[in-house]
Amino acid sequence: MKNLKPHTRRNLITFIGLAVVWIVVTVLRGQGVLGRSASGLLVPICCYVVMALSLNLTVGIMGELSLGHAGFMGIGAFTGIIVSQSLMRAVPSVPLRLIAAMLVGAVFAGIFGFLIGIPVLRLRGDYLAIVTLAFGEIIKELITCLLVGVDEHGLHIIFNYKGLKGVEDLHLSETGQVIIKGAQGATGTQPIATFNAGMILIFLTLFIILNVIYSRTGRAIMAIRDNRIAAESVGIEITRHKMIAFVMSAAMAGAAGALYGLNYSNLVAAKFDFNTSILVLVFVVLGGLGNMRGSIIAAVLLYVLPEALRSMHDYRMLIYAVVLIAVMLATNSPIAQSFFARFRFGRKGGDEE
Amino acid sequence: MEFLSYLISGISLGSVYAIIALGYTMVYGIAKMLNFAHGDVIMVGGYISFCGMMYLGLNGWVALLLAMAVCTVLGIIVEGLAYRPLRQATSLAVLITAIGVSYLLQNTALLVWGATPKVYQSLIPLTDASGAPNALRLMGGRLSISYMSLLTMAACIIIMVGLTLFTSRSKMGKAMRACSEDKDAARLMGINVNTTISVTFAIGSALAAVAGVLLCSFNPTLMPTTGSMPGIRAFTAAVFGGIGSIPGAFLGGLLIGVIEAMAKAYISTQLANSVVFAVLIVVLLVRPAGLLGKYVPEKV
Repeated sequence: MKNLKPHTRRNLITFIGLAVVWIVVTVLRGQGVLGRSASGLLVPICCYVVMALSLNLTVGIMGELSLGHAGFMGIGAFTGIIVSQSLMRAVPSVPLRLIAAMLVGAVFAGIFGFLIGIPVLRLRGDYLAIVTLAFGEIIKELITCLLVGVDEHGLHIIFNYKGLKGVEDLHLSETGQVIIKGAQGATGTQPIATFNAGMILIFLTLFIILNVIYSRTGRAIMAIRDNRIAAESVGIEITRHKMIAFVMSAAMAGAAGALYGLNYSNLVAAKFDFNTSILVLVFVVLGGLGNMRGSIIAAVLLYVLPEALRSMHDYRMLIYAVVLIAVMLATNSPIAQSFFARFRFGRKGGDEE
Repeated sequence: MEFLSYLISGISLGSVYAIIALGYTMVYGIAKMLNFAHGDVIMVGGYISFCGMMYLGLNGWVALLLAMAVCTVLGIIVEGLAYRPLRQATSLAVLITAIGVSYLLQNTALLVWGATPKVYQSLIPLTDASGAPNALRLMGGRLSISYMSLLTMAACIIIMVGLTLFTSRSKMGKAMRACSEDKDAARLMGINVNTTISVTFAIGSALAAVAGVLLCSFNPTLMPTTGSMPGIRAFTAAVFGGIGSIPGAFLGGLLIGVIEAMAKAYISTQLANSVVFAVLIVVLLVRPAGLLGKYVPEKV
């Protein structure tokens, strides 16, 4: 361990920690210690961890605020559902279908990320943020207008933007099945997502992101974040590098979305709204910008916190809000920082960042 | 004729957005923060005036004043407790805190007033005693404009003109502009930056209360989440017109309202939001700082 580079050691510890958690949770489930409600949280937690990791790439590494990340998750979720449901007969193997759904979800979200990135990445700061918010809302509404069904002739898709058409306009044959029913979302999906798939996705995402960060491309992206003009003057192509980060982030969110979508038998597009984007952003900011381990921990804790407070149902979101404000004040305000600094024994006063 | 009536409903909706956007834009201009809790102040304003009318038996106008007073105090408290300690922090930290405040306000409202929608009584009844629309009839009755719409448009114009005069003529208004240009220089000139920012929040929140009353008068269901979507729309409007610019917020609000009404009438009710956002994206691509915003080229 000693001869490794510091960041390699740090990342190795993160991976080992994840593996330990994976084993412990699997054992606990095998022993029946985890109840049904706790087990039901495992897959969504994995999805939100991947979401937080991928958003951290955009916000922490690339340094641009994105408020529409849930849109990519939505694209991934619904393409994943379509893939999984339409391959039901052709590919009976569940793991294969899950992989195919996640891959196609990632590819579609990546394509959308590219298309959205063309206009978005020309803007900066708060303007970029509002445009990502706009795209997130547009994606959500477009999905709400979709009617999709499948039968032996293939997929039938109607874009029902006037709201006048119904399921019968899909002209499905008798064995056909409706996959997405407009505003009612996807109904009757076979839930095939598993915790193991979620953990594998986390490992994969983390591996890819960490490799990118410490590569030439990653250093270029961070250079752009730290000083755009200086980066440009040493010959880094701004748009290309930003696009790489943005598309990767979108694709990972798509894969997470596919897993999320296949965890529920019913899913509405309204789930992937602005509030979900904000939720993930909160994970990223509280976990620490650019800190992948922090993102994982924050996503798990903050996803579990409202669930753990479920017994105090009326007050739980209130407590969540107070905790959120308190944490932001404690970590960012100069008064609170100097207050906490007094309690840090055994540390030199000067080494605080 | 149909077109004109859509246009008028768009303008009156847009006037409400413009009032909210004015608050957004003033706060942004001076504190350089996206105040996501602004939409929830609208909701609080709506509830306070509702309670004033229902439980205290106040006249609608007195209830409006009460709502403005409560929201002003709320704005000052929120600014002092949550945003002031973060003056030196990154904009992202402030944004997350604002989101926290937004959750806090929504959930407090949920606890106090419950989740069931309240039926709001319009400031000017939309229909008179006989059930006919309470409206001004023009062109032989073919075009009717409700008095509520007229009131909203008038309120919007008065507020816009008042704010423009305030920021250009009064001492406090000049201090605001100075702070938005350069806080350190303003402080050196003897301006109390904290007080100035507090006053800005107070004005923005009072405007939000007005907007809340107007919004609920048009759309009489009041819920803890009532403010969030208009808040986002108004934020869009402020960016559309160029965030930080008062005439920009006015123009942006009106345009967003009209576009929304037209999209609902001629394209699709389901995609009205998408059309609004798509226009926003196109505008920002052509004018990256909004319609009336100043584009500041970066200097090396």
